[in-house]
Amino acid sequence: MIPYISHTKKDVEDMLKVCGVKSMDDLFKDIKPQHRPKSFNLPAGRCEFEVIEHIRKIAAKNKADLVPFLGGGYYDHYVPAAVTALISRGEFYTAYTPYQPECSQGTLQALYEFQSAICTLTGMEVANASLYDGGTALYEAAMMAFRITGRRKILIDGGVSPIYRKIIRSYTRNLNFEFHETPVVHGQCDRQAIFKLMDKDTAAVIFQNPNFFGAIDDHSDIVARAHEHDILVMESVYPISLGILKTPGEMGADIVTGEGQSLGLNLNFGGPYLGFMATRREFIRKMPGRIVGETVDQQGRRCFVNTLQAREQHIRREKATSNICTNVSLCALQASIYMSLLGKEGLKELAQTILDKAEFMRQTLEKIPGVEVKRSSPTFNEFAVCLPVDASVVVEAMIDKGFAAGFPLGRYYKGMERYMIIAVTEKRTKEEILNYAACLEKILSSIKTAVPV
Amino acid sequence: MELIFEKSVAGRRGYYSPPSDVGIKGSILDKYKRKTDCRWPELSELDVVRHFTSLSQRNFCIDTHFYPLGSCTMKYNPKFTESVAQFPGFSHLHPLLPQLKKGEQWTQGALQVLYEMEQLLCEMTGMDAFTMQPLAGAHGELTGVMMMAAYHRARGNKKKYILVPDSAHGTNPATATIAGYATVAIPSDKNGVMDINILKQKINKDVAGLMLTCPNTHGIFESHVDEIARMIHEVDGLMYYDGANLNAILGRCRPGDIGFDVMHINTHKTFTTPHGGGGPGAGPVGVREKLVPYLPISRVIKQKDGTFALSYDYPDTIGYIASFYGNFALLLRAYAYILLMGKEGLQAVGDYAVLNANYIKERLKAQYDLPYDRVCMHECVFSASRQAERGVHAIDIAKFLIDQGIHPPTVYFPLTVKEAIMIEPTETESKTMIDQFISAMVEADEFSKKDADAFHVMPKTTPICRPDEVKAARDINTNYFSSTSS
Repeated sequence: MIPYISHTKKDVEDMLKVCGVKSMDDLFKDIKPQHRPKSFNLPAGRCEFEVIEHIRKIAAKNKADLVPFLGGGYYDHYVPAAVTALISRGEFYTAYTPYQPECSQGTLQALYEFQSAICTLTGMEVANASLYDGGTALYEAAMMAFRITGRRKILIDGGVSPIYRKIIRSYTRNLNFEFHETPVVHGQCDRQAIFKLMDKDTAAVIFQNPNFFGAIDDHSDIVARAHEHDILVMESVYPISLGILKTPGEMGADIVTGEGQSLGLNLNFGGPYLGFMATRREFIRKMPGRIVGETVDQQGRRCFVNTLQAREQHIRREKATSNICTNVSLCALQASIYMSLLGKEGLKELAQTILDKAEFMRQTLEKIPGVEVKRSSPTFNEFAVCLPVDASVVVEAMIDKGFAAGFPLGRYYKGMERYMIIAVTEKRTKEEILNYAACLEKILSSIKTAVPV
Repeated sequence: MELIFEKSVAGRRGYYSPPSDVGIKGSILDKYKRKTDCRWPELSELDVVRHFTSLSQRNFCIDTHFYPLGSCTMKYNPKFTESVAQFPGFSHLHPLLPQLKKGEQWTQGALQVLYEMEQLLCEMTGMDAFTMQPLAGAHGELTGVMMMAAYHRARGNKKKYILVPDSAHGTNPATATIAGYATVAIPSDKNGVMDINILKQKINKDVAGLMLTCPNTHGIFESHVDEIARMIHEVDGLMYYDGANLNAILGRCRPGDIGFDVMHINTHKTFTTPHGGGGPGAGPVGVREKLVPYLPISRVIKQKDGTFALSYDYPDTIGYIASFYGNFALLLRAYAYILLMGKEGLQAVGDYAVLNANYIKERLKAQYDLPYDRVCMHECVFSASRQAERGVHAIDIAKFLIDQGIHPPTVYFPLTVKEAIMIEPTETESKTMIDQFISAMVEADEFSKKDADAFHVMPKTTPICRPDEVKAARDINTNYFSSTSS
């Protein structure tokens, strides 16, 4: 009783006859008796309604309605209904990689537009058609830097997401590469430490802007120094921030990556997300992933194709720039629709609104006794606060009041147990922020003894 | 069709975000601000909806066309799995929530899905544990090979080579390289399976393992798989199962029972999560006991009280391979599909997929050369050599099919077959549709005898015909703004 298989008994009989066999089993004779499953003990099938109801109950076990001030690179932005409606068209989501350009112009043009939108957002010259997520995109960028420079050392600023740094380390463990993490001083990268470590072996320096603590910076001076030594500079960015912040292109960066979740994708408990990558034109052949290019057809009509495929695994096999095949086309499309709806002015406005609300929240929290809002660096949407007690305890207590209050830094940074980062999006209201502050104040005053840290 | 940027009209807007209600202005110093405008287009919501709807109409897809793309398993994507993925209890769940103190209690539903998926996949494949983290099949391959490397490192063995059959997907050798291994290609024999004699010569103590797709990309089950596994294991090599073609053998054979140590699954193939025009996918990786210590973290565990938790305490783990717990919304769709299909349904999948492929193979072997004339599994591979002699190549037949309203099969792959046409009908296509496809293929052959030249201006029914790919790679234009500003 499977609604997705249409064969009638007669169809099967007719087809078996054409195949010259008596039963389905005869078609599987290459699978010898000793290859048969030792067990295949799965539950019996259910109808659609039963499965939906079963999963609805499981979904109810999650608490997805906390007022979110939790970020860490993944933010609760509003996704306009038009985005969801458009990506729900079967023509988009039930197609595959555009191997046949004539019947895939929709996907191909959308990806070309996505690449262009990412380029103008980041101030770069070329972009690819997506990578899995922000973390793996940064790893791919590191590998790209090794390929471009032929060197084997990379400096990573401690302000880069600790999750991303862990990912890069896992992937390169079996390879002959060296990573140096440079410290964060007052929320910002340590320029002197970075300058000291730059040498002939250094392929690249990696930054994140805003960094994991929410601090923003202008790395132009570091780029200039790095380029004197033919060292590349890579920036991992939060796209919405570029509605207002200096672009990596303006700083002179060489490779830009980022997590595109904030461009119209739901949080989805971690995925699917959208990795993007942009770079200078001269490095396009070293870039991993699919790239869509403009061309003309037999009759001179403008059209789009997957291009520079000689970099890719299906052509180059063991010499490919990356093993990536399936990436996240639909998420790129989703972002493309979001970026088109928002437009250039909408992006600026959104960034300013977020900046306003985040500043309001900082000022509100500063009034609470014992809460220290870190002001040593400018910030955009997310900022660090220092509490008189262990932040994880406070966050736990705030959940009972209905808030996902922030992310305690002690989880990834030793010695920062009293700190947490708080994220604000356009969805947060003045009322929510004031309620948050009131709850936080109450909780702090009720926690009598500071948890030793 | 115009680009969205060309439709832009200053002053239009497709979406207004909530205004600021806080009554103060945030500001940052000028030196941190961007100086150039971001040139996203300015359009109304209707402009945007029409643009993308028009684009969508320039695509073939499963919902509108038969899509027998070999090795891609383009089966029907049930609609109810889309509904499930949009339950707010999942779609609005922040991935860092379970990493807060006692935060796991607020994500019990999501962790349950991940945990139960692991159990289901283990039972289906004969593996001992799975990680749900890899974000696509190739990402799964890399995760798997990294675990193989960790295994050898832990035993103090410096292994150098990964063996890969010449019929393998390009991702296999690419993965081996990226994981730090050299690839040794093993040719296929005249029966379309790996040449055991050459394999024997290539096996030595430096072999880290073998990556095998089974059934292979010729659509043939490697019947000697147990012997191959024995040979690889003799040198302490590991057997990697590329799950690209798992659809064919569900319920008929489990990789874990026939000697494989590690494998990945493409949920977008076997468990029909949508292909999305090229992703997102998901590539869970399963391992036998000896590789369990190396699984990436975090792992989802079930505690004594029946609740689920994330665990990071695995000293030999390869570490973080993705930011979180995998492409959760895809895993959720796969979970829903598996529950609906159940044991009998999943067994039927392979049966009908194999029946359909064999039926096509029998009906077309008079017209097209069949490099391996034997029972096939879920896909059959023809060669258009006969037609090529008339000046009609595999690509021309592909374009002919587009005009017949059929998405072409995979062409020129596997690389082992000249003028390859690789057809994977999947189990969800009806006999009616398959017969239509067969007629179109027969017609292509007939027509190739009459007018070969006519093929070279096909397709005629699509908005464009035969893009100039050489020009695309030579006059690189991948960004509208750099093409217009310079």
